[in-house]
Amino acid sequence: MSHAGPAIEATALSKRYGDYVALRGIDIRVERGEVFGLLGPNGAGKTTAVEILEGYRERTEGEVSVLGFDPAQRPIELRRRIGIVLQSGGIYSHITPREALRHWAAMYPHPREVEEVIELAGLGDRADARARTLSGGQLRRLDFALALVGDPELIFLDEPTTGFDPEARRAAWETIRSLRDLGKTIVLTTHYLDEAQALADRVAIIKDGRILAIGPPRDLGPGAAHYRVAYRDGHGARVERETEDPTALLHELTSEALARGERLHELTVGRPTLEDVYLELTADA
Amino acid sequence: MPEAVVLGWRQYRLERRMFWRNPSAAFFNFLLPLLFLAGAGAILSGSQHDLDKLVPSIAGMSVMSTTFTALGYNVVFLRERGVLKRIRGAPLPAGSYFGGVAANAVTNTALQIAIVVVAGRALFGLDWPLHWIELVVFVVVGVISFAALGVAFAHVIPNFESTAAYVNAVFLPVVAVSFFVFDSSSAPGFLRTIAEALPLKPLIDGLSGAMVTGSDLGSHLDALAVIALWGVFGIYFAVRGYTWEQART
Repeated sequence: MSHAGPAIEATALSKRYGDYVALRGIDIRVERGEVFGLLGPNGAGKTTAVEILEGYRERTEGEVSVLGFDPAQRPIELRRRIGIVLQSGGIYSHITPREALRHWAAMYPHPREVEEVIELAGLGDRADARARTLSGGQLRRLDFALALVGDPELIFLDEPTTGFDPEARRAAWETIRSLRDLGKTIVLTTHYLDEAQALADRVAIIKDGRILAIGPPRDLGPGAAHYRVAYRDGHGARVERETEDPTALLHELTSEALARGERLHELTVGRPTLEDVYLELTADA
Repeated sequence: MPEAVVLGWRQYRLERRMFWRNPSAAFFNFLLPLLFLAGAGAILSGSQHDLDKLVPSIAGMSVMSTTFTALGYNVVFLRERGVLKRIRGAPLPAGSYFGGVAANAVTNTALQIAIVVVAGRALFGLDWPLHWIELVVFVVVGVISFAALGVAFAHVIPNFESTAAYVNAVFLPVVAVSFFVFDSSSAPGFLRTIAEALPLKPLIDGLSGAMVTGSDLGSHLDALAVIALWGVFGIYFAVRGYTWEQART
């Protein structure tokens, strides 16, 4: 039934709307069981890329394979095996979450237990309320639940925690981690850096329709400088040094300081956060 | 294939449930034609000839309001809310979805026609319809045509706020011209030409034959052809222009 290749393989994927170029030839390969993050500012092309993979939009050029299918053909077999959390997906005003989940579950060959999904999404006490009375965060949880109810092997999450309070956000992260633990493949777009850092095995930073960097969050560094050593010198001025070899640098700095009889105040050794990388890469030149 | 039928049935049941949960829609669907019948019936109560004209006119209007108007509203609303987008991403065959939606419109039309027929008999002393098959044929062809036209017309409507203006801009003039020409033998020639070319007046002619005058299906084939032609036109544009997504303007 399932082919052996990667969950997603896209090469030289581009999308034009008239004169406007939304994607300028991006390459994405997502392995099975991986959490893959697409990170970028608004208008970068994240949603365009994801919607091509989901089968909502047709690419202008390039090759795309999702679970071995061409998503542009929108085969029903593919739609049975993916779950989608849209950025702007709505629901009937007068339906209840339980009814919606039962209705959607019936479309899939091997759905999950509806009650279990209600609990998982944290909708227990609102399962019989009309959708029009749900809060934004509750509707978002319903989006989540509807994407999971078919027990898909590949899940697209387009800004899944937008509008969540911090507690709901942590809960959603736990859900996403538990999905990964079940072996699901997850493609996540987000503008929250900490979300990408916390969840994604690999991140692609995208801007103006191009991928600027791709890799595990901890490996995404500008150039070779992977560590940052910072301290305050004897005059109270803040000093930052970047290095590939923090052991040697620290030895050098501490020896000199001890020789002068000084202390290195607020000494820290850190790696550039994804935020540092992101801000550097997406800064306008 | 049977699975697509099962999913279509489930969609139909969901549409029915959603319909009954929206009291204003239920009101317009079932009370409005009754109010029209009662109001106009009271004014025209002295004349059986006028009442004979009124009942099929209201029946024809009911077909249009339960299909063209209702689907115009629904499609724009569901599109703007993102429901159509969500459904498009789900493993629901397009035929199952639209089959369920269409069956829902057919049910509403059938209920309304039944109400109008019963009210015509109870209030205005009309007989039961004389040609049931003719009645069913005209209602079915009318439903398909007006439903397709409603979906096609929804593509023209830019956003939900403007739906009432757009739908009424079509519905009210069509109803007014059709009623007037159907009722009056002295209508100006150009108005008559317009009304005969639009689908509502031929529908009322057919319903009138089935419900009141007893002229049979064979004598209304030209009227049926006009409605069906509009149906072909509507289906073509309903499919061709179909968008599941709200334009971002």
